Formats: sequence, structure tokens, C-alpha cells
Amino acid sequence: MILDVDKCMHCGACVGSCPFNAIFLREIILEFNDSCTRCGRCVKVCPVGAITMEDDS
Amino acid sequence: MRTYECDVVVVGAGPGGSVCAQYAAEGGCDVIMIEKRQEIGSPLRCGEGISKAWLDEIGLTPDPRWISADMDGAIIVSPGGHRFKLDESMAGNEVGYVVERHLFDKELAARAARAGAKIMMKTSATSLIMKGGEIAGIKGISFGEDIEIRAKCVVAADGYESQVARWAGIETKLKPSDIDTCLQYRMTNIEIEPTYCEFILGSAAPGGYLWIFPKGRDTANVGLGIILSEIQKPGDVKRYLDEYIASDPRLSKGQVLEVMSGAVSVSPPIDKTVMNNLIVVGDAARVIDAMTGGGICHACRMGKYAGEVLSKCLSTGDFSKEALMEYDVRWRDQFEDKLYRNWMAKEKFRSVSDKVLDDIVLAISEANVENVNVYSLLKVIKDKYPELVAEFEDMI
Ligand SMILES: Cc1cc2nc3c(=O)[nH]c(=O)nc-3n(C[C@H](O)[C@H](O)[C@H](O)COP(=O)(O)OP(=O)(O)OC[C@H]3O[C@@H](n4cnc5c(N)ncnc54)[C@H](O)[C@@H]3O)c2cc1C
Repeated sequence: MILDVDKCMHCGACVGSCPFNAIFLREIILEFNDSCTRCGRCVKVCPVGAITMEDDS
Repeated sequence: MRTYECDVVVVGAGPGGSVCAQYAAEGGCDVIMIEKRQEIGSPLRCGEGISKAWLDEIGLTPDPRWISADMDGAIIVSPGGHRFKLDESMAGNEVGYVVERHLFDKELAARAARAGAKIMMKTSATSLIMKGGEIAGIKGISFGEDIEIRAKCVVAADGYESQVARWAGIETKLKPSDIDTCLQYRMTNIEIEPTYCEFILGSAAPGGYLWIFPKGRDTANVGLGIILSEIQKPGDVKRYLDEYIASDPRLSKGQVLEVMSGAVSVSPPIDKTVMNNLIVVGDAARVIDAMTGGGICHACRMGKYAGEVLSKCLSTGDFSKEALMEYDVRWRDQFEDKLYRNWMAKEKFRSVSDKVLDDIVLAISEANVENVNVYSLLKVIKDKYPELVAEFEDMI
């Protein structure tokens, strides 16, 4: 997953919505771990559209 | 590595964590509360609307320092623009204050501190300490340094992110239809009714609603929540909010002072909120009113119950699931039925058309309901649209 750090508001909407617990917000740094299945839920839930999938640029 | 020992470690200094820390410390527990941010209550993640009825229960006296505006009522706006105005005499318990969360949350944390709780800022929990298969505290990072806090009980008050409970194996996963994704602007130079909270229904915010919560004469929190299953494209939430503001002449000349995003669960609460040496409180337990998205009152009340039960556990030395169960039973007794009913209502209403919503708002405004709350409104709807409430009729 690609995070646009200029858009990210560090709100944690993606963290609590991730069905695989693959995202952790370290204060203001968003970390994706190996449990990510690229299901795309975080892409849709992000209120400001800061997350994209690698191949859908 | 630096290690700390205490009776109770509270993860998250939101309303749930702070009220829990306060009551546990008052009951004699040695409490450490950690907060990963650098400021309690900030950045904002909230519309800041609360009702007044429950403040007494947690012993909190309304204080102008954290009250931004005192409401006289609410206005429900149908998709077609019909405005149903509810004043305090009709909406008594549901009407309240618009607060300053950054000051409100700090006041709750200060109460915890006065009771003897220690607060560690810029400190994230990153995992649980396990000893002999049981939870024995948390590992974390404090100002860049690895730390361990050993405790008899961990309180998961980490809000929507709800990581701590998941580390312990408690399922806090949500369905897309149980997630509201939100964006809010603090707007100024707008025309509002400064003592009425406004709720705008319909396709302006699919599955959720748009809110205007006043913060002074010409300033308000203007935000919306949309159900995740209704989101078509990334960034839709911002587009919907910008479109609505452009379409409403009262707002279109306004300017934005603050941008805030976040998500709220609009699901039933999780099935278990205790296990050996662990308690889950507030948003982390998905305890939110699914019709309104309000969670501050629940987090605070759960915090109180948790703190009181922890104090009892301290005296017996027993922090087992069975001993902590009193907390689970107590909060469910207080509000689980209502949360469940409002979730059922949300499930039905999230997909009704603008036309039906228009009819419903008209019906309730004509019904002369004396004491308006979600319950009494559902009763009116039951008369006109029995099919909408058929599945949870016995709860109305
Ligand atoms: C857009 C939006 C609008 C809302 N509007 C309203 C409203 O008008 N009225 C209302 O009643 N409710 C509203 N809510 C809901 C309300 O904000 C929450 O119900 C309330 O804040 C819950 O309190 P809490 O203590 O459970 O969690 P929170 O207030 O979320 O506090 C959790 C704390 O834990 C910290 N934390 C998280 N993870 C860690 C970690 N690993 N280590 C250390 N600290 C951690 C966080 O930084 C945070 O400070 C809204 C929510 C959103 C998103």
C-alpha cells in the first residue's frame, strides 16, 4: 500500500477498520505489517484519500 | 530497558481511559495511564456534541472552561429541506453542550491525576507482556525509549483503533456497513442558529448524516459521516462535504479553521469486554450509539464502572475474568439494549430513500411527541412505516 504522507491526517480510521490488524499508527507514522492482504478497505475508508494500492496509480 | 510496576495500566488518555484511571486511583489502585499523542484531547477527532443527563453520574460539574456552547435544542433537516425544530422542553435529555474536547479531555485527565494516577505522554503501547500465558502488562515506547509496564490489569481504552484488545485475542473487527468514515471542518463566518445542533439527513451523507454543531455566533463544527459500504471512490468523504458546503448558502462563504478526520463504529458492542487481567472500555469496545455516533458518554460511564470494579479487585487481589465480569454486566445492564436497538434502527435506515426520509421527518414533526429521543421517534415511525421497524418491534 502507498501512503501519501502529505494527505494523511493520522486519524487512525484505517487502523481500526483494517480486518487483518495490518496497520499500526505510531503517533503520526502509519506502519503496514505483513498481515496486509491488499483487500483495499483502508483505501476506501480513508476520509481524505491518502492511501492507494501499488498498482492503481 | 526501563520498567515500571503498578496495579493498573490504562492505555489511552481519552475520556474512557481518564475516567477509569480516576476511579481506580480513588479506589486505591496504583495507576499509570499512557497516551501516545503529545497532547491530550488533540488533535480533535470529534463533533463535540454531548447530552447533559449523564454528567452527574461521573461527578462532573459543567464548567465554562470546557463548554463551547450551551444548546437550546436540535434541528432535524430532511433531504428535501424540511426543518423539524426540537427545543429543550421536547428533547430534554438529548440536548446538551458543544464542548471543547481539548479542554474537556484534559479536565478528565487532571481529575485522574488529582486522584493519584500517573500520566505518561508520548508513550505508545506496542504489545502485551505475557507471563505463563496470562497478560502481565504492556510493552511500549516512551519518548523513543523501549519500556515495560508490569501491571495486574491492563485497561484497553485506545479508542477506535482498538489494538490492545486485538493483541489479547478479542475480536474488534468491523463490517463495512458498521463503519462511518468522517470528515469535519471547523468553519467560521457562517450563518447558523448558535444554540441549535443541526442534523441533515439523506443522500448528502449516504447511510450517515451531516452535522452542524455550533461553537459560537458564526462558527461551528460542520462535518459528515458516510457508511463505508456506500463509499464508491477514495476521498468520497471530502467530496461529499465540500459539495454540501458549496450548495448551502449559509456555509458557502465560510472559511475553514481546522480540518478533522476519523472513523466511528456503528456496530453492536463487542461480545466480551473482560478477560483475565484485561478490561476494554469505550470506543475500543465498539460502544457507540449507532444512530448518532455519540460515544463520549458511554466511554465515561464505562470508565467509571471499570475503575470501581478494579478497586474491588485490588482488595481481593483477584483480577481474573470472573472477578472483572461485574464490569461487563454493569455496563450492559445500563445501556446495551439501547445500543442494540439503535444499531438495528441504523441497519434499516441506512438504505431508505430520500423520499421516505422526507415523509418520516414530516411525520415526526406532525406527531407532537412530548419527549423526543431516538426511542420516541421510532415509535412514531412504527405507526407510519411499520415495515421499517418490524424486525425490532419488540424493542420499541
Ligand atoms: C468524526 C467523529 C465525530 C464524533 N462526534 C461525536 C460527538 O459529537 N459526540 C460524541 O459523544 N461522540 C462523538 N464521537 C465519538 C467520540 O469521539 C468517542 O466515542 C470518544 O472519544 C471515545 O472515547 P474513548 O476514551 O473510548 O477513546 P478516544 O477518545 O479515542 O481515546 C483513545 C486514546 O487512546 C490513545 N491511544 C490509542 N492507541 C494507543 C496506544 N497504542 N498507546 C497509547 N495510547 C493510545 C489515542 O491517542 C487516544 O488519545 C465522534 C467520533 C468521530 C470520529
